[in-house]
Amino acid sequence: MAKIVYQRPKSLKEAIFHYCPGCGHSIVHRIIAEVIDELGIRGITIGVPPAGCAVLAYNYFDVDMIEAPHGRGPAMASAIKRSLPDRVVFSYQGDGDLAAIGIAESFHAANRGENITIIFINNAVYGMTGGQMAPTTMLEQKTTTSPLGRNNKLDGYPVKVSEIFSQLQGVTYLERCMVNSPANVNKTKKAIKKAFQCQINGHGFSLIEILSPCPTNWKMNAVNSCKWIDEVMSKVFPPGVFKDNIPVTAKTAEVAK
Amino acid sequence: MNKVLMSGNFIICEAAIRAGCRFYGGYPITPQNELTEYMAEHMRKAEGGIFIQSESEIAAINMIAGASAAGLRAMTSSSSPGISLKQEGISSMAACELPGVVVNIMRGGPGLGNIRPSQGDYFQATRGGGHGDYRTIVLAPATCQELADLTMAAFDLADKYRNPVMILADGMMGQMMEPVTFKKPKPRIYNKKFMLQGAGTGKSKFIHGLILDPIDMEEHNWKLARKYEVISKKEPRHEEYNINNAKMIIVAYGTAARIAKGAIKRLQNNGMNIGLFRPVTLWPFPEQQLRSLSAKVKNYLVFEMSTGQMLEDVRLALQGYADIRFHGRPGGAVPTPAELANVIARVYERTVK
Ligand SMILES: Cc1ncc(C[n+]2csc(CCOP(=O)(O)OP(=O)(O)O)c2C)c(N)n1
Ligand code: SF4
Ligand SMILES: [Mg+2]
Repeated sequence: MAKIVYQRPKSLKEAIFHYCPGCGHSIVHRIIAEVIDELGIRGITIGVPPAGCAVLAYNYFDVDMIEAPHGRGPAMASAIKRSLPDRVVFSYQGDGDLAAIGIAESFHAANRGENITIIFINNAVYGMTGGQMAPTTMLEQKTTTSPLGRNNKLDGYPVKVSEIFSQLQGVTYLERCMVNSPANVNKTKKAIKKAFQCQINGHGFSLIEILSPCPTNWKMNAVNSCKWIDEVMSKVFPPGVFKDNIPVTAKTAEVAK
Repeated sequence: MNKVLMSGNFIICEAAIRAGCRFYGGYPITPQNELTEYMAEHMRKAEGGIFIQSESEIAAINMIAGASAAGLRAMTSSSSPGISLKQEGISSMAACELPGVVVNIMRGGPGLGNIRPSQGDYFQATRGGGHGDYRTIVLAPATCQELADLTMAAFDLADKYRNPVMILADGMMGQMMEPVTFKKPKPRIYNKKFMLQGAGTGKSKFIHGLILDPIDMEEHNWKLARKYEVISKKEPRHEEYNINNAKMIIVAYGTAARIAKGAIKRLQNNGMNIGLFRPVTLWPFPEQQLRSLSAKVKNYLVFEMSTGQMLEDVRLALQGYADIRFHGRPGGAVPTPAELANVIARVYERTVK
C-alpha cells in the first residue's frame, strides 16, 4: 500500500481558498489546521476570524468559528475562553486589525494574560481594502495611501508588535516567524503548535506574529515577495522568540514525549 | 417573598445575577459606576460568574457577544457616550442573532454633556442605534420594582428572540432607592444549537454577519424584519393611569412618567381629569394601544427629558387623530412634579374644552 505523504488536513474544509496566488494566509491556514489535527483538538477549538482578507476563514476551517468586528477579536476570544475554559480559543488577525483599530483589545487581552492564542498576520498592508498603509508598513514603502512611500515625519513608524507586547507581564509565549520558504513555514508551524500547547497546558497568553506575503498589494510576484520578506521586512521585524515564560518543567515534559 | 431596600443600579445587577447572567463586562462611566462595582463583587461570587473590567465600551460589548455565543447569559452597562461606542457591536449582535442585555443609564448630551439624568438617547435606542437594518428591544422601567422585573424579562426576551435587549433608564433611576421584591426568575429556554462550544465529533458551525451576496443579504434582512414584526405584535407593554374620564393624557416614560404621575395627582385635587400613558417598551412602541385611546381622548401632552424624541412615535401612533403638545426638559434638568403640574395646567386650560 502506498504511504500517504501529503493530504488535506482534516480541520480544513474541502473549499478552495479565495486568497490570491502566493498569499501567506493560505499557508498559515493550512499549518494551523495541521496543528489542530496533530493536537487532536478539532472538536474543542473555537476560532475568531477578523475583518480582513481572512474574514471568510470560517469557510475553510472545519472548527467552530465566530466573526469579530474589525479589531475586536481578542475581546471576543477572551470572553469565549473565560466562558469555556477547557476549549482552545484563537483569534486570527491582520496588522490593521491588531495594530491599528484593535490595538487596545489585543494589548489588554495580552496584559490580562488571557489563556488564548493570537495568530497575527503581518503583511505590511491593509490587504482586504486594497493595499492601504498599515501600522506595519515599512518606511519608504509605497501603498495606496502612501503613494510616495511611507514618510516617518508624516506617517509615523512601523509598529513592532512583538517587541512591544513582549514587555507585557501577561504574555507567556511570543514568537515572530515568516512563511517565505519551506524551512520557515515549518518553523512557523512549530511556533503555532507551541502556542496552542501553551494554551492547552493553561500557561496563558501566546501570540505568533507571522511575516506573510501579499503579492497583490506589494505589486510583486510570489517569488519576489518571499525575497522581499528576507531582504526588507525581516530587517525591520527580525524573527525570533521574544518571550518564553512557559514553565521549565512543562518544557522538559514535552521534549520527553 | 422579602422586600429589600436597594438603589436602582444595584437592583439591575442583583436581578441579572438571579436571572442567571454569568458574564458581565463594563467600563466605568458616571452615573452607572455602582453597577459595574456591584458586578465586580457579586458576579465573581456567583457560581461560574465572570466579571471583566474591559479596556473600553467597545471591548465590553464584544466580550458579551463572545460570552453569549459561548452560551452564557451576558450583560454590559454604560451611560450615553459609552453606549455610542457600543453601537457597532450591538449592530453586529443583531446581525448574528446573539442575545445579550445592554443597560444604558442615560446622562445629559450630546457629546460629553453632563452626568445628570436625561432621556436624550431615545432615538439611538429605538432606531437601532448602530448601522444597518435592525432593532433592539428597549425596556423603560419607572420604578425600582420594575428595574428588577424588567431586567429579568430582558434576559428572557433576548433569548426568545435571539436579539440584544436594552434597558433604558437614567441617572435618577440608577440612584433611586425603593423597596423591591426579587421574583423567582423563569427557567432559561435557549436552544443549545445556537451556542458555539466546539464542534465535538459533529459538524462545525460558524456565526457571522458578513453576507457578501446581495440576494442572501436581502433574505437575511427580511428574515430579521419578520422577527421584528412578531416582536412588534406580541411584546408592546405599557401602563395606563387615571385614563377613565381623562380629558387629557400625558405620554411619558421612565423618570419623566414618575414626575408626570405626581403632577397628575396634584391636578386631580384641582378638578382636572388627566391620565397618563406610559410606554414600558419603547421599541416596540405600544402604538395600537395609544391609538385606541384617541377615540375617546383628543388631547395629549408628551413630556420628555429631551427636546422631543418619543414625540415622533406619539405622532405616528395618533396619526393626526388628536391634538399633541410637547413639554421637554433636556440636558439634565429634572422638573419637580409641582413645576410640571403648572405646565400641564396651562396646556389643559388652553386646549381642553
Ligand atoms: C469598523 C471598520 N472599519 C473599517 C473596516 C474596513 N476594513 C476591513 S478589513 C480592513 C483592513 C484589513 O487589513 P489587515 O487587518 O491588515 O488584514 P489583511 O487584509 O491585510 O489580512 C479594513 C480597514 C471594517 N470592516 N470595519
Ligand atoms: S490581497 Fe494580499 S492578503 Fe489579501 S488575499 Fe490577496 S495576497 Fe492575500
Ligand atoms: Mg494586513
